[in-house]
Amino acid sequence: MTSTVTPPVRKSGSGADQGDGGARRRRLPRIPDRIRQGGLPYLLLLPAVLLELLVHIVPMVIGIVMSFRELTQLYINNWGNAPWRAFDNYKIAVDFDAPLGEALLHSFYVTCLFTVITVGLSWLFGMAAAVMLQENFRGRGLLRAVFLTPYALPVYAAVITWAFMFQRDNGMINHVLHDQLGLTDEPSFWLIGDNSFIALVVVAVWKSWPFAFLMLMAGLQNIPRELYEAASIDGAGIWQQIRKITLPSLRPVNQVLVLVLFLWTFNDFNTPYVLFGESAPEAADLISIHIYQSSFVTWNFGTGSAMSVLLLLFLLLVTAVYLVATSRGRKGSGAE
Amino acid sequence: MPNKALAGKARSPLAPPASFRWTRRIILAFLTTFALLPVYVMVSSSLKPLEDVTDTFQWIPSEITIRPYFDIWDTVPLAHYFMNSLLVAGAATVLSVTIAVFSAYAVSRYRFRGKRVFTVTVLSTQMFPGILFLLPLFLIFVNIGNSTGVALYGSRGGLILTYLTFSLPFSIWMLIGYFDSIPRDLDEAAKVDGCGPFGALFRVVVPAAIPGIVAVAVYAFMTAWGEVLFASVMTNDETRTLAVGLQGYATQNDVYWNQIMAASLVVSVPVVVGFLLLQRYLVAGLTAGAVK
Repeated sequence: MTSTVTPPVRKSGSGADQGDGGARRRRLPRIPDRIRQGGLPYLLLLPAVLLELLVHIVPMVIGIVMSFRELTQLYINNWGNAPWRAFDNYKIAVDFDAPLGEALLHSFYVTCLFTVITVGLSWLFGMAAAVMLQENFRGRGLLRAVFLTPYALPVYAAVITWAFMFQRDNGMINHVLHDQLGLTDEPSFWLIGDNSFIALVVVAVWKSWPFAFLMLMAGLQNIPRELYEAASIDGAGIWQQIRKITLPSLRPVNQVLVLVLFLWTFNDFNTPYVLFGESAPEAADLISIHIYQSSFVTWNFGTGSAMSVLLLLFLLLVTAVYLVATSRGRKGSGAE
Repeated sequence: MPNKALAGKARSPLAPPASFRWTRRIILAFLTTFALLPVYVMVSSSLKPLEDVTDTFQWIPSEITIRPYFDIWDTVPLAHYFMNSLLVAGAATVLSVTIAVFSAYAVSRYRFRGKRVFTVTVLSTQMFPGILFLLPLFLIFVNIGNSTGVALYGSRGGLILTYLTFSLPFSIWMLIGYFDSIPRDLDEAAKVDGCGPFGALFRVVVPAAIPGIVAVAVYAFMTAWGEVLFASVMTNDETRTLAVGLQGYATQNDVYWNQIMAASLVVSVPVVVGFLLLQRYLVAGLTAGAVK
């Protein structure tokens, strides 16, 4: 921590010694070094802060304000004048007996189920791949590239390909399941009806497990090899090493990874949007696309904003609980 | 990357048992199939005549044709979308990386009030549902346009601003970790030699952090290249990017699946090749920074 204090001292010293060069750097003689040094970090952060304000913070605040107003297409060009409605939008959103609230609740359930399955499978696949590729063998580099390909492909290109594969009459999935394996009596619909949930999970897992793989692979490189060597001298088999060394060492990575996967999956818009188009089938009606529809298709922005705020509150709550729970667990087990 | 050199060493003096090797083979075979299935469908279908993709699926094209690769440019103005995506993603990447370098340098090397607030706030913007600020941002852009004449809505500039903030939190976070791993003595020494804080940043810290910066740039480019939601609301015919433009093949009466696959492949090649070439930097950057 001392290093952050020393630079000004050293600098003023070197400036005095150096004469010309030092004087040129001191174009602003009125501002004392202490303040310039103090202001510099803020100057460095300024662009990031301004952009975060413009694109994230201010819009979020406006979004919250909008959720208290009646903002329909009548007021869209003049939204400052939209009538104040207090909590009406929220009441509509959480009135689970009315069609709108019931649809939101259903969408919430679907999203929760989708998130749990997708995060679980993505983590499992990523972990399996990372552990299996930990040791060097021929073809390891190639497999690593292969596994990262789904992550590298642009979402829309990849998901359009999946949409083609899930087509009923000319898709690959039905060709395999129906024509080649004879598992179904007739070709199923994958992009409408109940099956659409399965299709969505398959595509989402395909898209996100390589990210888990990437993070876990990076995490594995920080495990000292001596641990494994010591364990194998002590007679621990490879399975035991994985269970006793690899998994516990990855705890800090897992803490972040699972949270990030959860947030991305819960907020996922791109996958259902490209897979199904603007209106997702009911079985795969994720919350993002549901809110998008409530806002842009029906032009009811006030209610849409209220739903978004509720979503944000839910995510904040889950994140806070998750961080408290996992951090306490970590301290308790003394893994630090 | 000292770990990299060690990674080549066998983990244990004993060869792994057969049970492990068989499990490994099965798992790796499954994951390879899963990962590459869509890639195979994309490549093989892009070489098929239209009859092949409108009728029952075939693993092998009945005849191989490269016609779709010529037709894609006429069916929709793909070259135009391509240029738009390239401009938007390129500019967003350069700006995002530059801004992230400055921010990460400040956080990593200086002690100041509000440091924790900054890092926590920036990271927590990652959790905002895009849908929550999509509409307000849209309204802000429209209003800035109306009052100042700076057209952000429908322009590439607006999209660049938006996209660069998407990759910013992760970039800053990763670069802080990376910069922290570079010994402070190096930039202290540079300061003693007469470099100002910016001299120390550009002559010492940035060159030492190249792998991390490359990794962040790859991430920023991919984020901007693949984004769909804001592209679909914030662009018009003139500024449309690939993310939206590619759907032009599907909304017409005939769905030219072979052309869609060809176009998907064409728009994927730049990012996939770039990513696979640079992925080791991403792993190294994550190892040094994010997952520590």
